[in-house]
Amino acid sequence: MTNLFLILVASSVVNNVVLSQFLGICPFLGVSKRVETAAGMGGAVIFVITISSFVTGLIYKFILLPLNFEYLQTIVFILVIAALVQFVEMFLKKNVQSLYQSLGVYLPLITTNCAVLGVALKNVTNGYNLLEGVIYGFGTAVGFTIAIVIMAGIREKLEYNDIPEAFKGSASVLVTAGLMAIAFFGFSGVISL
Amino acid sequence: MNLKENTPLERLYNGIIKENPTVILMLGMCPTLAVTTSAVNGLGMGLSTLVVLALSNLLISMLRNVIPDRVRMPAFIVVVASFVTMVQFLVQGFVPTLYDALGVYIPLIVVNCIILGRAESYASKNAPIPSLFDGIGMGLGFTIALTILGSIREILGAGQIFGFQLLPLAEDGKMGYTPITIFGLAPGAFFVLGVLVAIMNVVRKKAEEKGKPLPAAQGCLAGDCMSCGFSSACTGKSAAPAPAVTEEKKEEVKEND
Repeated sequence: MTNLFLILVASSVVNNVVLSQFLGICPFLGVSKRVETAAGMGGAVIFVITISSFVTGLIYKFILLPLNFEYLQTIVFILVIAALVQFVEMFLKKNVQSLYQSLGVYLPLITTNCAVLGVALKNVTNGYNLLEGVIYGFGTAVGFTIAIVIMAGIREKLEYNDIPEAFKGSASVLVTAGLMAIAFFGFSGVISL
Repeated sequence: MNLKENTPLERLYNGIIKENPTVILMLGMCPTLAVTTSAVNGLGMGLSTLVVLALSNLLISMLRNVIPDRVRMPAFIVVVASFVTMVQFLVQGFVPTLYDALGVYIPLIVVNCIILGRAESYASKNAPIPSLFDGIGMGLGFTIALTILGSIREILGAGQIFGFQLLPLAEDGKMGYTPITIFGLAPGAFFVLGVLVAIMNVVRKKAEEKGKPLPAAQGCLAGDCMSCGFSSACTGKSAAPAPAVTEEKKEEVKEND
């Protein structure tokens, strides 16, 4: 139990997926203009990463390992994730309209998110079992949501500031991300994993 | 420079200078930020990507009339992922230190926008030889950019370049360079890239004033995650719907202002 809690804290804040591992930079820079959209994106990422780390974990344990096909993991995982995102989108559209309304537009964007594949691969290299893998995936996605929502909040304020012409747009966002990464160093003493 | 279109030399020039994937098109930001902690890592990542890019471009171009249009994206992904797996094992076998340094970012070459972007926009429409050189040119452009960024971070962060002590360190009261450690760590990546983007903003503006605009940035920095075509990949739909939504959001923002 403590082990699971440690994985959750470590993956969400200590080794933040965006600010210290640079996964999911694309949506972090592209969809962080407003807090609402950022939170929507974060919700969709939590949803997809949690499910995909469960499914890829199952496939690795019960198909790839017994057949000694571990070397196929990259190919299998990327195809599974791509199919899964589409399946989740179709399922939500048909059955859970309310959730689809709030997350739907972000779902197609998620396949581009290297965090999803990154989590699936890290679950294997870290040797996590199925439950640990799901917790790691969930924690990573929560870390992503924390980072993107904070960034959106800062960007909303930043719009009214007088920034040098050259740094307008993504340059100032990157510098802000750098400052946030320094702030997140504060967590690094909490747990070492 | 006036070169004939789609010749090997023109493709190399296009990839390295005219449409440099990192500096001009701003594609593949994840690996750019993650592995440029030193010049060697940048070079290693660049060369791994170069091999995957050149081979996948060649194969996809050869198969371009065989792959049905509807399933082209999944097919591209399988081709790219196979080459990535091969490169991963080669690096693991022959350069284990680099493999340890790059870690999960080697298999993540699969989701690098540059590769699927070139497959979709060039290799699937052109003959094998120009496609191969397009891949090599783009790969070299990526490699050069990553090596330069890695060198900058290594010099600022440790006073070294390729592990060689360039600036004598200040120790025992002697005059010397005190490394800015932060440039070797995560925040340094954001700062260096932020400054690069700012410089490119100025260059872009100058080029526009001269009447010779540079090709537009395509990747995530343009605020457009759909551009590499990856998402239409698997959803089988055109990339159109989602940008339309973001445009609506933009209008919403304007209205609120």
